[in-house]
Amino acid sequence: MFTDIINAIILLLNFVFMPALSYGSQLALGALAVTLVYAVLRFANFAQGDTMAFSTVITILITWLLQKSGINLGFMPTALLALPCAIIACLIYVLLVDKFVYNYYRKQNSKPITIVMASVGVMFVTGGLVRFILGPEHHIFADGARFIITAREFKVMTGFSEGLAIKTSQFLTITIAILLVGFVFYFLQKTKTGKAMRAYADNQDLALLSGIDPDKVVLATWMLVAVLTTIAGVLYGLDKGFMANSYHQLLLPVFAAVIVGGIGSPMGAIVGGFVISFSEMMLTYAYKKFLIYLLPEVLQPDSLVQFLGTEYKVAISFVILVIVLLLRPTGIFKGKVI
Amino acid sequence: MSQYNIRVVVTFGIMFLLLLMVGFGQSWSLSLSILNLCLISAIMALGVNIQWGYAGLFNVGIMGFTALGGLSAVLISKESISEAVSAGGMKMLVAIFIFSLTVGVSVYIHKKFKNKWMIIATLLVGYFTTRYFYVDAAQSIEAINPAFSGYLGGLHLPVLLSWIAGGFLAAGAAWLIGKVALGLRTDYLAITTLGISEIIIAIIKNEDWLSRGVKNVTAIPRPVPYEIDLQQAGWFKNLVEKIYAGSLDLLPVSEQAATLNAYISDASIVLVKLCYSGLFIAVLLLIIILAGLALNSPWGRMIRAIRDNEVAASAMGKNVKQRHLQIFVIGSAIAGLSGAMLVTYNGQFTPGSYIPLRYTFLIWVMVIVGGSGNNLGSVVGGFLIWFLWIEAEPVGFWLADLSTSFLDKENYIRQHLLNNAQYIRLIFMGAVLLVVMRFSPDGILPETNKKL
Repeated sequence: MFTDIINAIILLLNFVFMPALSYGSQLALGALAVTLVYAVLRFANFAQGDTMAFSTVITILITWLLQKSGINLGFMPTALLALPCAIIACLIYVLLVDKFVYNYYRKQNSKPITIVMASVGVMFVTGGLVRFILGPEHHIFADGARFIITAREFKVMTGFSEGLAIKTSQFLTITIAILLVGFVFYFLQKTKTGKAMRAYADNQDLALLSGIDPDKVVLATWMLVAVLTTIAGVLYGLDKGFMANSYHQLLLPVFAAVIVGGIGSPMGAIVGGFVISFSEMMLTYAYKKFLIYLLPEVLQPDSLVQFLGTEYKVAISFVILVIVLLLRPTGIFKGKVI
Repeated sequence: MSQYNIRVVVTFGIMFLLLLMVGFGQSWSLSLSILNLCLISAIMALGVNIQWGYAGLFNVGIMGFTALGGLSAVLISKESISEAVSAGGMKMLVAIFIFSLTVGVSVYIHKKFKNKWMIIATLLVGYFTTRYFYVDAAQSIEAINPAFSGYLGGLHLPVLLSWIAGGFLAAGAAWLIGKVALGLRTDYLAITTLGISEIIIAIIKNEDWLSRGVKNVTAIPRPVPYEIDLQQAGWFKNLVEKIYAGSLDLLPVSEQAATLNAYISDASIVLVKLCYSGLFIAVLLLIIILAGLALNSPWGRMIRAIRDNEVAASAMGKNVKQRHLQIFVIGSAIAGLSGAMLVTYNGQFTPGSYIPLRYTFLIWVMVIVGGSGNNLGSVVGGFLIWFLWIEAEPVGFWLADLSTSFLDKENYIRQHLLNNAQYIRLIFMGAVLLVVMRFSPDGILPETNKKL
């Protein structure tokens, strides 16, 4: 009886908790980028998903180059070596886009919805670029060891009949996400540029009056966005493989995370990311085996006991979004609503 | 003539010339296909223009609304599969009824008691009962002859009715979205429309009992005659013979019959497409006239006043949220109508082809390039951008071919570029959108009554 309960818990940890934790971290990093752009530059950046795809494409190209010349990281994926270059490429790309597209509307003081529309234009151009370079197919670019602990090793180690596998990509995602979020919060709270960013986000006129250079704030924001976007995109790609369309569709869960947490609030973006990822995983997981462990034989289910098919993942983030908009449009951490 | 009128005449003249060029240069059948798709695009663009140009509402989910229109074409016009209906129809109805009842009761509880535990309990009970009937029903429907049907079929009514039904279906979805997202931040509407369109596509692709999913529905009945019937009709043969009498007489007698048959089959294709064009032009004109009347009425002035200054308009006692809801529903209904028209014209419903890059994005480019706020502008944009879109693919391919012609035929880069050349036009269209937005935000035909 006792081992059955432990087995059931391990099952959930393996198939729900770990994937949700790493997917949630990826969403949180993406959402953090969206929320930063929203707070400082004041528009919802629809190009986020496709920009993530763009920097992942750069990473994949560099990874292939490295693999060809025989450089690798042993059991770690080679893509990590490509990250710095990809971040720089992504930064150059977003700065160019800012210079040629957003800067103009910012100087004009355009309505936010006009800038949102421009970002939709950028989204489609970026999407086209991504498909032009790598096509619409599925690419797997993770190399090195697939697992840190395989399910079998875990079973041998503990003696339980269920195994808890830890994928390298999951381990990397969680560690890097913790480090990166720590860095972003330190940057925003302690450094001078970070403080300037927060002041600018809080009250633009007052910030300008006290001598904060707006161009510097914008530059710092795009730098953070480039780092977050690239890392989120590459980690997602290491986990699930690269496909242009699935990156495009990441936009909805990312936005849902931002709004659930409270638009413009960095803490909210992270919490929102995990709310979305855990609801997605918990509602699309088939609980059949879990219940077989826990219930007496008479009550055991025949069906999969799945709330929603995995093809409706996108619906879950939407439903959460709608519930939040109906009940608490400001989100968990009171964001801006006007 | 004022400068604006000259612009209108010139742009429509250019469009006409382009179609004539394709007609004389390539074939009339191709020219008419381009014209028909241009007309449908123009109607979609009008729907978006009503939302964006009149009221400043940003809809990123046009794809979803057109897909709903397409679905209605299937549900209205296909004959029903009687075995499927008797196998699972009743249970499916019960499932849908329980689902709506659950939603209704939860909304009622939310309004009346504000007790979240009661709502959660209702939702849970409703979910499991719906699920109990739904799974069984879906399985038994999909099990019946899956290679040819495997779905419920439709009502077997004239397909033209589906155009109206498609409008209503899209309007219903838009009403729900509007209720949730209007009255909050302006970009919330954009985000929720993005979500609903992804969900509509997910449902249409995966609910085989409803739409056959990615197995597609083909042979949707037509509102116009079939080519085969025309080719065998006596009056049509005589008509073609009369038209081509001059050129037929020049040929030797032995070839006359064969040539006449070729002429008849060509003419039947052209006539069918012309019939479609007539229908589409009638719908387009009707919408333009109605939209123009609405825009110049007191209601239209109120809408524009709200767009230009929401605070002032609401200070004057105008109900901003209600007006926004109205206009959002009307615009989406037009998108739904055009979706049904497109499926009717294609004769098949292919859920896999509904991609945002084609529907949402291209329509937006049409509206912005044509001139937001101007109905004729949307028509011009619809024509021009669709024409460019069709022509950009060969041009992109040609560019890729030319720029890599110094490379070997088997060269990896050359192969890759040629394979992906079709995506060049996406980049090109996106660039057009961004450039027009920035340097000529009024578009080709600017809004005429901007000043109130």
